[in-house]
Amino acid sequence: MGAEPASEPQRYFDHRIRWRPLELAFWFATLLPFWLTPTYLVLASQIAITGLFALSLDLILGYAGIVSLGHAAYFGFGSYTAGLIAKWGWGEPLSGLLIAAAAAGVLGYVTSFIIARFRHLALIMITLGFGLLLAEAANSASWLTGGADGLQGVRMWRLLGIFPFDLYGYAAYSYALAVLVLAFLLARRLINSPFGLALRGIRERAVRMPAIGASSVAHIRMVYTIAATMAGIAGGLLAQTTETVSLETLGFQRSADVLVMLILGGAGRLYGGIIGAIIYLIARDQFSGINPQYWYFWIGLLLIAVVMFLPNGILGGLARLVPPRWSRA
Amino acid sequence: MLGSAFGVLFDGLAYGMLLFLLAVGLSVTLGMMNFVNLAHCSFAMLGGYVAVGLTNELRWPFLATLPLAFVSAAVVSVPLERVLYRRLYGASELDQCLLTIGIVFVSVATAAYLFGTVQQSVQLPSWLRGSVSFLHHSFGAYRLFLIAVALAVTAILVAALEYTSFGAQVRAAVDNARMARGLGIDVDRVFAITFALGGGLAGLGGALAVEIVGLDHAFAFTFLVYVLIVVAVGGLGSIAGSFAAALVLGVSDMAGKYYVPELGAFLIYLVMITLLMWRPAGLFGRR
Repeated sequence: MGAEPASEPQRYFDHRIRWRPLELAFWFATLLPFWLTPTYLVLASQIAITGLFALSLDLILGYAGIVSLGHAAYFGFGSYTAGLIAKWGWGEPLSGLLIAAAAAGVLGYVTSFIIARFRHLALIMITLGFGLLLAEAANSASWLTGGADGLQGVRMWRLLGIFPFDLYGYAAYSYALAVLVLAFLLARRLINSPFGLALRGIRERAVRMPAIGASSVAHIRMVYTIAATMAGIAGGLLAQTTETVSLETLGFQRSADVLVMLILGGAGRLYGGIIGAIIYLIARDQFSGINPQYWYFWIGLLLIAVVMFLPNGILGGLARLVPPRWSRA
Repeated sequence: MLGSAFGVLFDGLAYGMLLFLLAVGLSVTLGMMNFVNLAHCSFAMLGGYVAVGLTNELRWPFLATLPLAFVSAAVVSVPLERVLYRRLYGASELDQCLLTIGIVFVSVATAAYLFGTVQQSVQLPSWLRGSVSFLHHSFGAYRLFLIAVALAVTAILVAALEYTSFGAQVRAAVDNARMARGLGIDVDRVFAITFALGGGLAGLGGALAVEIVGLDHAFAFTFLVYVLIVVAVGGLGSIAGSFAAALVLGVSDMAGKYYVPELGAFLIYLVMITLLMWRPAGLFGRR
């Protein structure tokens, strides 16, 4: 990047939007679990959902530089919306997911007015506080959310009227993967556009962007709304494929986990969140015999090591090893 | 009704003092180096476990454990600052957050491994257990003790910051670290000492907190939020701000729990967000 002359912006974007063989190989590989590990499709669907959630955080954190410790608010909001619609008798998955996305998007749009005004510590505190606020509200409104017991009685109809959500997870993984691919295509298009460039400008130096005529506030509001919508979709998928919603979907732990995954994979890279989710969830599944508290010991050590030695995550570390031709994947 | 309001106010004051002890170190170090140290409450947890271990296992008197809680937290914070924190001065908030969240994860897991996940309690001497009657109201003896200790610590802190040469260096570094460096103040050294003192104060606060709020392995997480609220609302580097914010928070939290328990912690978060939206740099903040 940077080698293209500035007089040819179109060529720059054309170059960036071109699909690389490694990317295509990655997306074909996501189909392998159907044949190689059919007993792990439920886990695979969890990974696809979490990867989508991490991708949504990447849009605001990795590209626009908005540090959020409360991103689970939108995930949980989408989750409860999708769950409640199904509980109230409308179990059609696709339209339910759209409604969940719209609800989370509206919430994201409203909060984006606040988010765009702050930076630094105040921003971290406000996102953290907002996430905690919503979790407390859901806990208090147990008549609606089921409180600590979780939302019971979610019954989904068949996907497209044909495929039932079963214990094996065929429908769940196909559904989650399809949504992930669509969202990824959208994010990829978004990032490799002038809008995406403006976001990176905000990340690098927010005060200078208005000086060159790009209103950073409007851009932040837009990307925050998009990220919230995407997080709501991920939450809705989780509610629909597991047919239950727990308070944990809104909790601080989930916000912290997704941040860890994104950093592990590499923030500011489209595949960072997805790779991070794959590694994190597979490792947790393999070590699930261990007490979860000790699991966090290793995650903590890993975080310290990543910050100290791998500032750009695993993908950033790999990018230094391979020739530059591959490094934009 | 008036009596209960008075009692809530008193309990809230004691709770606020506790929060102040836990938070003041973080406020000063954050103001000085702009280092977002989310692991501050891990030091408090360490102090709490030192006090619990010494009183319950070795039968030390409670008062004797307090200095040791201070010292052990301060001693542990020094190598952490030297080895880990030091490398991230001037790094992005995100990196600082991640590093210190990592430390919180490790400390929480270590505490669970060493002490289990049960709530710990501390053995108090008999004169701290009862209550004192004064003007037809009864006050918990321990809470009176807590307020006295916190006021004493505040007095010592303010005096040390206002009237010693080291205090002047700290104030200069908080106000403008670059300018202070230009004047020949070794800001990194000042910061290291302040960091140790702040960690020690958190350790002391942690030891004092066991009786009021209990202690378990998740302490570093549960109180992190409260401490951050105190610092963010009070304003970075402002001791008076932290003091005021801790009192407001302590009283409103107690009042919320007493009068509208169904709201839980909702009220606190609402108060914080509103205050921050009104004044992003905190009540007494200048930046």
